[in-house]
Amino acid sequence: MIQQLNFGDLLPYWDVFARGLVFTIVLTLTSTVAGLALGTAGAWARTFGPKWAGAVTRVYVEIIRNTPFIVQLFFIFFGLPALGVKLSEDVAAFIAMVINLGAYSTEIIRAGIEAVPKGHLEAGASLAMSRWEIFRHIVLKPALMKVYPALSSQIVIVMLGSAVVSQISAEDLTYAANYIQSRNFRAFEVYIVAAFLYLLLAIGLRALLRGIGRAMFPKG
Amino acid sequence: MSLVSIRDVRKSYGAQEVLKGVSLDVGRGDVVAIIGRSGSGKSTLLRCINGLETYQAGAITVDGMAVGDGKTDLRTLRRHVGMVFQQFNLFPHLTAGENIMLAPTVVVKEQKGEARAMAEALLEKVGLAGKFDSYPSQLSGGQQQRVAIARSLAMRPTVLLCDEITSALDPELVNEVLKVVEQLASEGMTLILVTHEMRFAREVGTKLVFMHQGRVHEEGPPKALFANPATPELAQFVGHQN
Repeated sequence: MIQQLNFGDLLPYWDVFARGLVFTIVLTLTSTVAGLALGTAGAWARTFGPKWAGAVTRVYVEIIRNTPFIVQLFFIFFGLPALGVKLSEDVAAFIAMVINLGAYSTEIIRAGIEAVPKGHLEAGASLAMSRWEIFRHIVLKPALMKVYPALSSQIVIVMLGSAVVSQISAEDLTYAANYIQSRNFRAFEVYIVAAFLYLLLAIGLRALLRGIGRAMFPKG
Repeated sequence: MSLVSIRDVRKSYGAQEVLKGVSLDVGRGDVVAIIGRSGSGKSTLLRCINGLETYQAGAITVDGMAVGDGKTDLRTLRRHVGMVFQQFNLFPHLTAGENIMLAPTVVVKEQKGEARAMAEALLEKVGLAGKFDSYPSQLSGGQQQRVAIARSLAMRPTVLLCDEITSALDPELVNEVLKVVEQLASEGMTLILVTHEMRFAREVGTKLVFMHQGRVHEEGPPKALFANPATPELAQFVGHQN
């Protein structure tokens, strides 16, 4: 038996959707910036850093890439308080996202670094540049440029994956949808709208990333 | 006192000995052309001089600085020893001018303005005035190699190492690069070149070094050596080349 569709029942909750949407956008943008910074540091550690830092990074990357995101999130939010670390839902969600993106982007950026021709490193060394200066001025930008498409995809994946943070009651877009359908029981309409909003977000995010890519790498 | 002194240098990759006791002296203002078959150790020797390769025995000094003894800071050494590579190795994300300015601003901490003025002067010197804002991908091989030479010169090296710098170029682009090197030689720059350009070695070189199986097989004034090779190996080598 098919009920009649009624999107009108959603209208009174438009502000709940709006708040959830804003939360998801802010969470995605902040955790992307921090996650890429972490990933860059991790990629540095694995290629140019001291041995111990590379080893530590490797363990971190393997743990994160081989466990479910929701378990990582639950561990940070429900598990860490046992160690006396109590975090708000928002902060726990942010940290989980950063740690997750950090691990994946470490591997992506590392691939870019390893694709930089050895001759460029030798040219830098021959110009009396230090290892750090070579990384900073010769390696990093071409490496990021090479893997930028892969990084962009990973960022979109992380944005979509952020729906999971609703499970610790962080008030994101999915949390808003759950909340609304628990009030008006219009599950079909609510999740259609939520899906549509995620779709718009993903399209918008890809466009934003393309624009940033064009601005950062005019030669790419 | 020679500027670059190489004494009985030995180097192996595993069981393969590639330098079997090489000695060589290079004076200030010398233009040394190192020739020889591939695998004779020419490039390895050159790369030992600025510490890109390590060696197991012997000694190399440049301007009194010991190379590869673990005490001399390689960065200090490399400020005095420039190197130009077969594959140009320009940094693709930087323009020609930025390639030249990078080391002076990052390593020497020169002001941007000064570095820029010097980069422009150097580009003019290598015949590329007006290419400051071109990216390497927009330049021909010969132009890229001239930018690479200018980039090395920006550190004001005492000696410039050139590792087969025309070998990756189309034949018609070789001369524009050699002309720049010849100009440097005439200005008194100390040059050590690994090269396959025999005519250039003969005309511009002040000393010819023929390497064979990891040793200096023969050395001397280029014209004399080309005219009267003392060993059958060099005779055969130049015979093949000419």
